[in-house]
Amino acid sequence: MSAASNSSNGEHVAPSAGAIEIRNVTKIYDPDGVNVLAVDNCSLEIAPTEFCVIVGPSGCGKTTLLNAIAGFHEITRGEIALDRQTICRAGYTAPPGADRIVVFQNGALFPWSTVLNNVAYGPIVQGKVPAREARARAQGLLDELGLSDIGDRYPGELSSGMRRRAEIARALINDPKVLLLDEPFRAMDALTKGVAQEFLLQAYDRVRKTVFFITHDLEEALFLADRVVVMTTRPARIKYVLNVDFERPRTFRVRSSRRYLELKREVFAAVRDEATKAFEAGERELA
Amino acid sequence: MAAVTKEASRPGNRAEVENDPRRDRIAWWLFRVRHSLSQPAPYIGLLGLLSFLLLWYVLTELLNVPRFNKLPGPVAVWEEFTSRRPTFGTSIYTPDYYKHILWSVWRVTQAFFWATVLGVPLGLFMGWRKTFRDYTFPILEILRPIPVLAWVPVAILIFADIASREAPIVFLAFLAAFFATALNTLLGVQSIDESYFRAAQCLGSKPRHIFLRVVLPGALPFIFTGLQIGVGVAWFSLVAAEMVSGEYGLGFLIWDSYVLSQFPVIVIAMVTLGVIGYVFSALIRMVGRMMMRWVV
Repeated sequence: MSAASNSSNGEHVAPSAGAIEIRNVTKIYDPDGVNVLAVDNCSLEIAPTEFCVIVGPSGCGKTTLLNAIAGFHEITRGEIALDRQTICRAGYTAPPGADRIVVFQNGALFPWSTVLNNVAYGPIVQGKVPAREARARAQGLLDELGLSDIGDRYPGELSSGMRRRAEIARALINDPKVLLLDEPFRAMDALTKGVAQEFLLQAYDRVRKTVFFITHDLEEALFLADRVVVMTTRPARIKYVLNVDFERPRTFRVRSSRRYLELKREVFAAVRDEATKAFEAGERELA
Repeated sequence: MAAVTKEASRPGNRAEVENDPRRDRIAWWLFRVRHSLSQPAPYIGLLGLLSFLLLWYVLTELLNVPRFNKLPGPVAVWEEFTSRRPTFGTSIYTPDYYKHILWSVWRVTQAFFWATVLGVPLGLFMGWRKTFRDYTFPILEILRPIPVLAWVPVAILIFADIASREAPIVFLAFLAAFFATALNTLLGVQSIDESYFRAAQCLGSKPRHIFLRVVLPGALPFIFTGLQIGVGVAWFSLVAAEMVSGEYGLGFLIWDSYVLSQFPVIVIAMVTLGVIGYVFSALIRMVGRMMMRWVV
């Protein structure tokens, strides 16, 4: 990942690079005067370079949290800080920027640009390097990530798995402090998903950025995370936190280890409890 | 068709770099022509056209049906059109015919140029900035449904000082095309998925980057739809304007021939309008395809 890390003066793991503190965050939506409590008094600290996976049923408010960190939404109460700087509190939201890059649920590679131009987009618009050099760096990064030959393709010509990998490359080239992924592998078949997950893990092992990853897939969470945070159905509260201590680099073999099964049993038990409660309360979002 | 394009051109370019790309292109065009000729569609289209001509011939020249017996038949029109010494003075051999065509084409080109240059940026801004849209949308929506012919007096008054008949005619053709172009461009911007704007912000875009690199390319498919509709209505209003006031042009030719009872010429001018209109749209489609290679 020379392209990404060289530019940060070789600081691979700076002590305060990408620490996220979420303190007592509450978000109330107010559509048509009916208050909807989406996130209820959530607190969470994510260490620099930690791979943190948030798990919860669809529509539970995890994306609300991600959008607040990214700078797309305001929050109602509480505070979110990145490296001790407030980026979000009631009445203030820092605008989105290249230090917190989102990989979107449905993918947001620009369909009108080739993959190479998509990856070079960040460096070009930030104006730090000339366009030609930005493209050279983008090609270098694609080469490193094993995506050499899709540079001149348009996203519409690629499979969803390839598109997602290209989008991750587009985020990484900017050397962000935090990578925010919102169910990026949601719509994939099991095999593609496995490959895409391993790609993300390899990329993570190279750059070691803080990762805030949202999913509703528990197995995905266990495979990827340093820490799995299970949230309740709306309003989102933190239900359960699980440290995942598999060594990195991880491969698909982790998934058949005994320890993996133990953790899986533990986390499924915790979530089942929550799912049952939600089911009995007549919540439909769980579907 | 687009899928064929990509598969046919890509490996060729990659594997045989020393190959002349122009020869590749010619081979590709030949392939496409041969391919389309092996499909039933062009022949069916030809058959439809022939049946239309036959019906026309039967109604007018063969049976001389009362309702249609004042209309010129296809044979009469064709004979006039290809005659070196046409009875009514308009055929492929008379310079006047081309003069009328050139006048109309020149007027539509000017109208289309101004409609694009003003309509596209207006639509882009309206889609991009909500406040600007709030200011401009009501005016646009009230002016848009006013038929072009209702604008004739205003057009003449506006350009009274120029004392030429040209400016009002071009203005009327422009007006129709302008509304179609601006509105479609606006719809194009509104059709862009919110996540592209968010992604662009995340990646550190300044507003001008978002305008040039997200708003503009994202709206292109709709812009080209708007341009095609625009050029169509520009022809439509041009002919109306030429009928009202004009010395040359196909619209003038139609009206003049009607007044002078030179009926085959009316049909010649109408068919010419149809063919030129088709060529204009085809050209715009071609430019659109070249600018939007990503559309599969």
